[in-house]
Order: sequence, then structure tokens, then C-alpha cells
Amino acid sequence: MDFGIFTFLLQDGLNSAAIYCLMAIAIILVFTTTRVLFVAQGDFLVLGALTLSQLQLGRVPGTVWILAGLALLAFAMEGAQALRERSRRRALRAVLFCLLVPALVGGGVAWFSGKELGLAIDILATIALVGPIGPLLYRIAFQPLADKSILVLMVVATAVHFVIISLSLIFFGAEGWRTPALTDAQFALGPVLISGQVIAIIVTSLLLIVVLFLFFSNSVYGKSLIATASNRVGARLMGISTAQSGMLSFAMASAIGCVSGILIGSITTIYYDTGLVLTLKGLIAAVFGGLASFPAAAAGAVILGLIESYSAFFASAYKEIILFSLLIPLLMWRFVLAGHQDLEEEA
Amino acid sequence: MSRLVFAAAAIFALFAAPLVFSEHRIVLMNYVGIATLVATGLYLLTSIGGLISFGQAAFVGVGAYTTAYLATAHAMPAGLTLVIMLAVNFALALLVGAITLRLSGYYLSIATIAWGLGAYYLFGTLDMLGGHTGIGNIPGITVLGVSLTQARAFFYLEWSIVIAMMIAVHNLLHSREGRAVRALKSGGVMVSAMGIDIFRTRIAIFVAAAMLAAIAGWLFAYMQRFVSPAPFNLIASMEYLFMAVIGGTGSVVAALLGAGIVVALKDVLTNTLPKLLGSNVNIEALVFGVAVVAILQWSPGGLWSLARRVGGVLPALRTPDRSPSGGRTLPRKLRKDPGAELLSITNVGKRFAGLVAIDDVTMSVRAGEIVALIGPNGAGKTTLFNIITGVLKPSSGTVSFCGDQVSGRLPNRITELGISRTFQHVKLVPTMTTLENVALGTHLRGRAGFVAASLRAERAENAGMLGEAAAQIARVGLQGKEALSPTDLPLGDQRIVEIARALASDPYLLLLDEPAAGLRLTEKRALADLLRSLRAEGLGIVLVEHDMEFVMGLADRVVVMNFGRQIAEGTPADVQSDREVIRAYLGEEA
Repeated sequence: MDFGIFTFLLQDGLNSAAIYCLMAIAIILVFTTTRVLFVAQGDFLVLGALTLSQLQLGRVPGTVWILAGLALLAFAMEGAQALRERSRRRALRAVLFCLLVPALVGGGVAWFSGKELGLAIDILATIALVGPIGPLLYRIAFQPLADKSILVLMVVATAVHFVIISLSLIFFGAEGWRTPALTDAQFALGPVLISGQVIAIIVTSLLLIVVLFLFFSNSVYGKSLIATASNRVGARLMGISTAQSGMLSFAMASAIGCVSGILIGSITTIYYDTGLVLTLKGLIAAVFGGLASFPAAAAGAVILGLIESYSAFFASAYKEIILFSLLIPLLMWRFVLAGHQDLEEEA
Repeated sequence: MSRLVFAAAAIFALFAAPLVFSEHRIVLMNYVGIATLVATGLYLLTSIGGLISFGQAAFVGVGAYTTAYLATAHAMPAGLTLVIMLAVNFALALLVGAITLRLSGYYLSIATIAWGLGAYYLFGTLDMLGGHTGIGNIPGITVLGVSLTQARAFFYLEWSIVIAMMIAVHNLLHSREGRAVRALKSGGVMVSAMGIDIFRTRIAIFVAAAMLAAIAGWLFAYMQRFVSPAPFNLIASMEYLFMAVIGGTGSVVAALLGAGIVVALKDVLTNTLPKLLGSNVNIEALVFGVAVVAILQWSPGGLWSLARRVGGVLPALRTPDRSPSGGRTLPRKLRKDPGAELLSITNVGKRFAGLVAIDDVTMSVRAGEIVALIGPNGAGKTTLFNIITGVLKPSSGTVSFCGDQVSGRLPNRITELGISRTFQHVKLVPTMTTLENVALGTHLRGRAGFVAASLRAERAENAGMLGEAAAQIARVGLQGKEALSPTDLPLGDQRIVEIARALASDPYLLLLDEPAAGLRLTEKRALADLLRSLRAEGLGIVLVEHDMEFVMGLADRVVVMNFGRQIAEGTPADVQSDREVIRAYLGEEA
């Protein structure tokens, strides 16, 4: 292996690392705030990339219909609850968030698609379409089960994954899509050329890590979000709405997933079912961070990305096997770190 | 009896199916049978045991690939491939289980994802297994000279195995070990206080579920006569999990229901519906995803319990216990001599980070005496119980029992020494009858393992355990309540059931955490009489209680704690006149 290949693999590894890192961040974010191990996180990435690719082709993306369907379902659930509670405020909120906002977003995108307004507008439209899907999914699938065990929530997340890939297949088809590069700038770093896209990906994930780290460790609101996960009743007694904090963290998760999709859509071909493997690699990084620490998860993502990149070179056939078998010793290490507190917590 | 008739009629109808149905339907039913085997394993592991595995398809794959390889490369007969394949899977499941089951809850689930994916990629990579093309030309199966290559013939072999396995799992769940499995979801503290080794129980159900999946793989290889990696991927594991969730809980038949619905629906959605609609849109994943979310939200017990509620015609929700035959009970240990020292606590302290929960407590309990532990809320009484029973480790000091060092042992090991307890917050298993709950207490007095239970070879022992449980229920005065769910009893009675369960382990020392809370006056008197007669038999009893009248009339000695410190010890009369005790309870004198 010469220096050229070495640096190429390095760049490739860091590139994947940044995506795994974004996945891990969203997984940790959702887990610490809602206790949901969200195995459908990667599907937001897919939706982001595929939506942008359709907008770029001047088509109305199927995401509009997905958004519309979810919004109507959420409206029915919220509306029923508003009727039961005879709450005018809840009813108004349901009309606003489940009808008006999705209608404006969906209708707006459907109206201007094909008018070639440029990449920047398409990206904004993509985020506006995919962003609300997270909180809608939370309202429909998770909120009614929010008090159940982590394992039940994990099964729900698996079911949600099935639903999203099925919808993606229906609306985008089985073929793969690519999005245009955000930038074609290239930077020379000594003898190596680094593409602007890779830098954009790495900078975005670094930025998110710093922002989320500060948010959760320094802001009262961030701390209250974590409090809801560890003690839901206690949080409610303190006046924190567990439903709202759940929707907020799912909104962040879908936005992060969508942005990741926009970032890597031009580097990798994205299929309707690309999401799961990316989620699982993000999950490995998240476990490295103990499903709690953003910086540690980022370090895990870098290690993972590099191992993947270099093992693809040395033992390509066994690349995935090596990656996933890493998870077991990793989990055991984490478990030992966490200590055998099972019984104590319960007592 | 009607349940047996019902089951026999169902099996008869099933075995008549190949005479009636079309080839396509029989092939479909063969797929249902294979899925049912895997789902039966998940019924045991997930629905009952509360462990979620995303790796079941990988076990099916290992079974199928081992069979395919041995049958083609080494031309082995089916009987031999079955034995070797089971041995391989047993070793593998034990290994995977030993690594991952040390982890708790969701850590385990993540680990099974890794195992499932790793195995799947390995199937596609190893040249020996034919890479992505797989292994073809597997010879058909022959049993006693009869070729079972035809779907109709294969049907009989397969469904005989499926039904035998479902009966085995059903038997298991109504045995000593089965009761331990059914209690797993109720929390580790209670389960290990019954002397149950949680890790061993989890390993056992994980291996059992893997073996069922492996047998499914063996059948799959001989039915398809071709194996490739695709049916053993993570998505397939998730589908098996969905079958278990959709089928639900309440009976092992739920696994058949879940598998049948998923496989049949899949057939309709992939074969029939697209032809009708003239498109090739694949909506099975959508339907299953929505179905699972809807079931978890509306009927967490799955379709089986939904059908029960709606129909009311299916067999009763709770399987009646095998009747305790002839009042048989279990042999008892020799009592300790009255006055012999049982429990000795020396300078025990417990700190949680900066908080001192217990500070330097020294006390002892002898056989044939009742020691009351009293003190205001937060004094550290329950913490002391948790230290004695091994739930918490003391930060300093030692606890010993009959001369053996106790601190540092696992809770189930401490129960083995002859210490038994009840809980301040009642911990009974709502899905088991009162009789079965009390029978949990007899766990350490039986020996029969998982295999004996599946074959019902432990009938005599199990009858003795249930008889013992019935005797203890009668002793605490709750006869007639055996078949009820504990959640149907008033809270006071539930505390009494906990005492019966503790007595069922035949302990030397009984630790009771607020047993009289929620009892009426007459019930309190009955409880006091019971405790006196236990004392007369030579039991040592430690009692945490707030009802002073109850305590003072009963206890031989009283230990008073306040803010983690032991502030007084002596006879009830001594303690009642102690100035510091009065100050702790009534505040400073003005």
C-alpha cells in the first residue's frame, strides 16, 4: 500500500465516519430523550436523498404523499383525543400542526416543483418535507406506547422501519438514485486532493456534535429532555411535557437524517433500503459512546469508518463480518463499564 | 378434558388437510409449519421470557446450511444431519448466549443484531457454503424407506415435529423451570430472591429457541432442497419477531396463529393481490409494520388474547395447574435448635455516592425469635433487608448466616442458605395464578430441569411442589384463592401471598417487609398468630413494620433505626421508654 492509497482510504474512511457519526448522534439523541432505539434512523437519510433527487429531476417527490398520509393519521389521533378531552386548545393545535403546516409544505413543494428554482431551494424543500415526518411518526407510533419497556419500543421502531422502506419502495421504486454534488470545489492538501463535499460532511457533523453537546450539558431545556427519559412521571410533575419533548427529539432526528442524506446522496447511490445498514453502523458508534456521550460516539464513528475503509482494502469479503462482530466485545466492554447495576436500580 | 378434545380435533383436522387442499395450499402450510417452529421459540424467549432476539433467522440459517452441506458434500442421511446440525447449533447458541446474555435488556438485543448480521454475511462469503449462490441439489428426505419429497408427504413429517415441539414448550411452561421463565419479566430482585439463577434460565430459553429455529432450518433444507443466504437475513429475523408479537401471549398456540397469519398474508400480498391489481407493488412490509404497531397499541397480548376477549369460546385464559395429587407436599429440612444464632450483622454500612443510607448497624437474630426493625421512613430498614439478601453490597461491615459469610454472594445463592423474604412493594407475577406464584417459592426444593419438564417426566416432583404451595396457601388462610390471579386479590391478601411464597422455600430465617400494611384488625391478629406459630417451630423472623401495636405485642426484641443509625435495641418495653426513640418518633421535647 503506497501513500496515495493510504490517503485515499483515509479520506474514504473519514467520509463514512462522518455519516456514521451523524447516525450515532441522532440515535443517541432519540434514545436519551425517549428510550427508543430508533433503528429507522437511516431511513430518514434515504428519504432525504431520494426526495432531493426527485426535486432535482423536476418531479413531485413521493415524500409529499407520505407526509400527507402521516399528517392525516396524526390529525385523526390528535382530533380524537381533543374530542375526548373536550380541549379546544388541543383541537386548534391539531389543525395547525397536522393539517395546515403539512398542507402548506406539501402543497408548496408540489406547486413549485419543476420550476427549476435551483439546488438551494430544493434542499430547503427537502428538509421542509422530511423534517416533519419524524415528529408525526412519534405521535402516531411511539407516543401511545411511551411508557412501555425499551424492548417494546424497539419492536415498534423495527415496525416503523418496515413501514418506511415499504413506502420508499412504493414511491421511489427499487432503482438507486443520486443527487447532484453540493460543490465541486477541491482542496489540495499536500499531494492529496480533498473534495469540498467530504469537508462539508465532516464540518456538518462536527458542528452538530458541538451544538448538541452544549445543548444537553449546559442548557436547562436539554437537561429536562434527558430527565423525561429517565423518569417520565417525575418530569411531568415538574411541568415538562413528555409528548412534546419526544416530538422535538424526533424532529431533530429526522432533520439530521435528512441533512445526512443530502450530504452523501452525491457520493453514494441511495436505494430505498440503504438505511438499515447505515443505521446499524451508526448504532455501533453509538454503543461505543455508551448510548449517551456524543464525543465518544464520534470517536467510535471515526474508528469504525477507518476500520471499514482499511479492511475493505485488505479483506474486502469479510468487511461487514469484521465490523459487526466488533459490536459484541464492544457491548461487553460497555456493560462492564456500566457495572452490574441492574438489581440495584430496581431496588 | 374439553381442552384435550379440542386439541385432538384440531390436530385431526390438520392431518386431514393434505387429502383436501390443493398443492399450493399444502406447500404454503409447510412454510407455516417452519415459521411456527421459529415463532414457538420466540414465544418462549420473547413473549414469555421478555428477551428480544434479532438473530433467530441466523439460527435457522446455520441449521439449514449445516444440513445442506452434510447432505451434499458428505452424502449423510437425514437422521445423521439432524443430530450433527443440532449439536452444532447447541454449541453455537451456548457460545452466543454466554457472551450476550451477560448483558441486560437492550444490550442483548443489539448484540443479537450483530450475531444475526455476522452470520448472514458469513453464509454469503464462505466458499464452502457456495457463496451467494448457495447449495443446491440437496437429496430428498427418506423416512423408514418412504420418500418424503412430495409436499403432501413432507407435510406429515413436518407437522408431527411442529406439534411435538409445541407440546414440549407448553409442558415446559407449566413446570418448575417454566414458572421461573414466566417470572423473568417481573424483575430480577424478586426472581433471584426465589433462588432462581437468572443467567442460567435466560441461557436455557435462548438455547431452546435456537434449537427450535435450527430444526426449522433442517426442515427448510429438505423441503426446498436448496439453500441461499437471502432467507436468513436480518429482515427475516424481524419478521419472525413480528409473528411472535402478532400472535401474542396466553398460549403456545399464539405462535402458530402469528406464523400462520404472517405467512398466509405474505402469500396473498405477494402473489394474489398484485395479480388482482395488475401491479407489482410490494406492500407486505407496510402491512406488517402497521399491524405490529396497531397490535402493540390496542392489544399488547396479540391476536390470541384479542380473539379470547372477542370470542370467549376459546379455552380459558389461564391453563389450570396440573392438580396437586393427593395432598402431596415436599420433605422439610431439619429445624435449627431454638436459640442458635442465625443471622449476624456486624458494623454494616451503606453509602450511595455521598448519601449515607446505613451507618454502622450491628444486630443478630436467633432461631425461634421475632426481631422487629422499626424506625421512621427513610431510616434504612429496607436497605438493610436488601443488604442481607444480597441485592445491595454493603460498603463496610459483614453479614453472616449460620457462620457462613453472606456479603458478596449473589441473591439466589443467599436464598439457598435458607433466607427468604417478602417485599414492601408487592412483587407477584400477574400472569400466573396465586398457586403458581407461591410454587415459585419452592424452586430450590425441586431438581427437574428443562428437558425433563418438556417430556413431563417430572410429574411427581411438580405435583409435590404445587401441593406444597397449596399447603402454604392454606396455612396463611387463603385457601380457595389458588386459581385467582394475584391482581384479583386485595393488597393485604397479596402481602399474605408473599408470605406463603416465602414459606414455600422452607427457610430458617424469614424477612418480612411491612407484612401488616393494608390488613384489617382481624387479619392482623391472624397474621400475628401465624408468626407466633412459626416462631414456635423454630423459625427466625425479622419484621419491618410501622404498626406499633402489632410490633410491640409480637416481637421478642426491637431494633430502632433513624437516619441510617441504630439508635436503640432491646425488649419492646425497654425501647418504648428510650428517650432517643421517643425523640425520633415525636420530635424534641419542648
